Amino acid sequence: MTEKDKTKTTKEKASLAAKPESKLEEIQTKRERKTVLMQGNEAVAYGALDAGVDFFAGYPITPSTEIAEILAAELPKRNGAFIQMEDELASICAIIGASLAGAKALTATSGPGFSLMQEGIGFAKITETPCVVVDVQRVGPSTGMPTSPAQGDLMQSKWGSHGDSPAIVLYPDSVKESYELTIRAVNLSEKYRTCVILLLDEVIAHMREAVCLPDIANVRIINRIKPTVPPQWYKHYDENQKYLSPLASFGEGYRYHVTGLTHDSHGFPTNKPSEAAEMMERLRKKISYNIRDLVQIESYEMEDAKIAIFAAGITSRAAKAAIATARAEGIKVGLLRPLTIWPFPDDAVRKMLRNVDTVIVPELNQGQLIHEVQRLTKDKSDGGLIPINKVSGELITPNDILNKIKEVC
Amino acid sequence: MTKTYEVRLSGSGGQGLILAGIILARAAVLENRKVTQTQSYGPESRGGYSHADVIISDRDIHFPEATNISCLLALTQEACDKFLFDLSDNGILIIDTTFVKNLALASENTYEVPFTDIAQEKLGSPISTNIMALAFLVKVTGIVKESSLKKAIEESVKPAFIDVNLKAMQIGFDLAKK
Repeated sequence: MTEKDKTKTTKEKASLAAKPESKLEEIQTKRERKTVLMQGNEAVAYGALDAGVDFFAGYPITPSTEIAEILAAELPKRNGAFIQMEDELASICAIIGASLAGAKALTATSGPGFSLMQEGIGFAKITETPCVVVDVQRVGPSTGMPTSPAQGDLMQSKWGSHGDSPAIVLYPDSVKESYELTIRAVNLSEKYRTCVILLLDEVIAHMREAVCLPDIANVRIINRIKPTVPPQWYKHYDENQKYLSPLASFGEGYRYHVTGLTHDSHGFPTNKPSEAAEMMERLRKKISYNIRDLVQIESYEMEDAKIAIFAAGITSRAAKAAIATARAEGIKVGLLRPLTIWPFPDDAVRKMLRNVDTVIVPELNQGQLIHEVQRLTKDKSDGGLIPINKVSGELITPNDILNKIKEVC
Repeated sequence: MTKTYEVRLSGSGGQGLILAGIILARAAVLENRKVTQTQSYGPESRGGYSHADVIISDRDIHFPEATNISCLLALTQEACDKFLFDLSDNGILIIDTTFVKNLALASENTYEVPFTDIAQEKLGSPISTNIMALAFLVKVTGIVKESSLKKAIEESVKPAFIDVNLKAMQIGFDLAKK
């Protein structure tokens, strides 16, 4: 240990309880800037800590358990709180409550728990409370196949809660990206005051890869906007120009009402059509007016592609492997990969559809994303849009995709 | 050595194959190689199927599961039967003859060693069979350096078990010399 490190550690010990910033310093010291073998779920846990998450409530479920396991060990060291709840209904409610009290709150689950959380997710959205739900997908419906991969929750992550509820859903394809998108999920939840969902594939959650996490100083953190007005002027749901309103925490002297009922700008229930419409429009616009900020895509070997593969998460990695083989044989094929699946990257998909003859949509379900691509398909006959589906608990392999590419070219 | 090396360590739950996979992957990380490690296992903590895949390459690895296996380690008959046909043309097959009794396709790249029996006899317990077999695999294939494997074992197992695992590693290396 160098002299400098010693000073730092002593300083840290002294300030651990006193200064909130000490949380970040501690992680940085512990991290040791080197490449390590890391699991997807570990990356999510460290991403959450780096993003400033200081509250986790959850109920362990494979294949997401490691996230809870790591946060149970790490949060108390950083003055954060970890609670193992009695079930997922309580877990989602606990993170909403913690968030209203000022915490950055996150939970992690898998399909069965994600289903139970849907009512709470709708509550977080209508009350515009920042929180993050990590759903590590496994084969469903119901208890399905624990520890086997599936991409069956893509539509549920948008439509799982009743009523119109615009969603922000992120979808990484690697261990490193799991870290990055966890931070992004926390940031977006704070910025847009909503429940952001991070979808993970079982394989990515359990996969280990060589990862070097960035220096904490280079991690961009977004915190919720705090009100600057005196309490009597505070509106809990106030519209500024981008439909992002400040959020006061409980206990700061600002009073507001929190309800799942349709409400006015102070949070009190209303049945007035004009106020109801205004609330619903705000929920919609804060997503749809900020599409450019929310949507992230990766365009891979698409410049001259005649065939495009549209795939997310682990399936996109099979696609990349297939593309390498196909390109070596002179077939012009590329990949469009959404890192944000909701809101759906309409513009990028339209552009892809204009430039290629055929789009292949491989997914580990019986056909979900393909309908979104279909929605944007105008001039093409059905022949131009080809699904590959698998729901057996196995992955779609590079060969599955390569064979389809060869069939169509 | 090919640029991308796909290893599958297979057997049943409780034989320590996933730990062996993690150790092999960690050894590759120590050498600054690209690596992915995945696994598949049944709900049982003992018994049932289990396998770990490790892909080591100098290029980015897209698909993280072994589809064209360069080296297959099979510690049970079931695993051997299940994955044998995914072995690539010049692939290396290593079997534990304590449990694998029937072998349909023996080739010159097949190594038959009673790992579990040897572990029981020399270490008094089958618990380090995984490390012994992994060391044998590393020596035969040369995918990572012996020193990297040693360091990865030291980083991955609890301090109390380092000695017995390093002994198992040495036995594995010695078996491969023969």
